[in-house]
Amino acid sequence: MDLTLKIWRQKDSKSKGKFETYQVTGISPDCSFLEMLDQLNEKLISEQKDPVAFARGDCGVSFDHDCREGICGMCGMFINGRAHGADTGITTCQLHMRRFKDKDTIVVEPWRAKPFPIIKDLVVDRSAFDQIIQAGGYVNVNTGGVPDANCIPIPKPNADEAMDAAACIGCGACVATCKNASAMLFVAAKVSQLALLPQGKVEAKERVQKMVAKMDELGFGSCTNTGACEVECPKSVSISHIARMNREYLCAKLSS
Amino acid sequence: MSTFLTSSIGKKLIMSISGLFLIAFLCVHLTLNLLLFAGADIYNAAAGFMGSNIIMKIIEPVLGAGFIIHIIYSIILWFQNQKARPVKYKMVDQSESSTWSSRNMIVLGILIVAFLAIHLVNFFYKIKFTDIKVTEYQLVTGMFTQEYWYIVVIYVVGAIFLGLHLYHAFQSAFQTLGLNNSIWRKRWDVIGLIYSLIIGLGFAIIPLYFLVKELI
Ligand code: FES
Repeated sequence: MDLTLKIWRQKDSKSKGKFETYQVTGISPDCSFLEMLDQLNEKLISEQKDPVAFARGDCGVSFDHDCREGICGMCGMFINGRAHGADTGITTCQLHMRRFKDKDTIVVEPWRAKPFPIIKDLVVDRSAFDQIIQAGGYVNVNTGGVPDANCIPIPKPNADEAMDAAACIGCGACVATCKNASAMLFVAAKVSQLALLPQGKVEAKERVQKMVAKMDELGFGSCTNTGACEVECPKSVSISHIARMNREYLCAKLSS
Repeated sequence: MSTFLTSSIGKKLIMSISGLFLIAFLCVHLTLNLLLFAGADIYNAAAGFMGSNIIMKIIEPVLGAGFIIHIIYSIILWFQNQKARPVKYKMVDQSESSTWSSRNMIVLGILIVAFLAIHLVNFFYKIKFTDIKVTEYQLVTGMFTQEYWYIVVIYVVGAIFLGLHLYHAFQSAFQTLGLNNSIWRKRWDVIGLIYSLIIGLGFAIIPLYFLVKELI
């Protein structure tokens, strides 16, 4: 496959970025999107005449990735107007070139949201998510003996739903695709997961208030229920969790 | 409580409650309008009753406040949401991930407000503040004639915008209130679709009916 790529290049968080156009040729339809970018980078590096830029690692396009198995949530880019590309239920590393046609032009952009500043090219800083988790996305464990595995009964439907929410890998596609750059799906997944389990219920009221306050403080937008996030979410986390978070939040505020 | 109403979810709650109030109001409004089909006497009696009874006098300013709160909060939230993405994407394709109306609520809202302004001048203002010499029935039917064909167009288009706005609004209100789960989502969607079709078509059919009646 021969492709034209329009990729966002930005030196660092302070510089102004712009789109650069690159041509890649002989791409196999079986390779993944990231492998295609690897091939582009190899080409850019071998063509690079400037040794200083080479030493700085400045010739190739920077992008985040780690597992390349769709489980870590590290990769993520906005491809042809959609988070993680046109397929649903997958991360960028699981997007394959057979989804594109020969001679296609592909526009690749980083996640765009105020709380996700660009570090370089397609790499964004998602530590805002970590801050939200730090605000309350955990269960405090008292020290002592390890409790017996089945001593806390959990109804099966609750366990299943908590598991579905826990599938979130924190990639940020929900924020990226939301027209309001809202992080509600991410926050709701964690709030919902813990609120469904007896271990998490104890701190549920406090947790939801703290996490939502942090989310607002970091400058994420607010949800207008378009539902785009759940479609683009690689783990298909449902917006029903957002309803649960809203419920938890309203009840917590009204009773406090 | 203070942080509650300034939080994102708190503001959304205000949008949803004021929206549901307006949704309920539209049911009453449409019911009254449909009495136009029952003839001049019944419609005039109903309009007269609405204009004179004490409950309506109390509800009127509340209704006005409902509209204003809904509009103001939508603007506040819209600006805040714009700020959350200072640099826009070059290419956005959400055609497969969300409905057109859900993405364009603010646009539909602005169009509805524009329609509302025309509507208030046409009827509310005339009945309340001017000395009209005709009955309410004559006022309405006199407006939806061949001579004023553009008013018919405005009302039909306005009703379509309203229907589109309501289709997303209905399910969105319950989602924001947290009264939703994977089963109720489908139900709200269907109920919302039926509701918005009734309201949209109901309001559109009235001017068309009188126009067609005049033509044949
Ligand atoms: S690189 Fe781990 S999910 Fe894509």
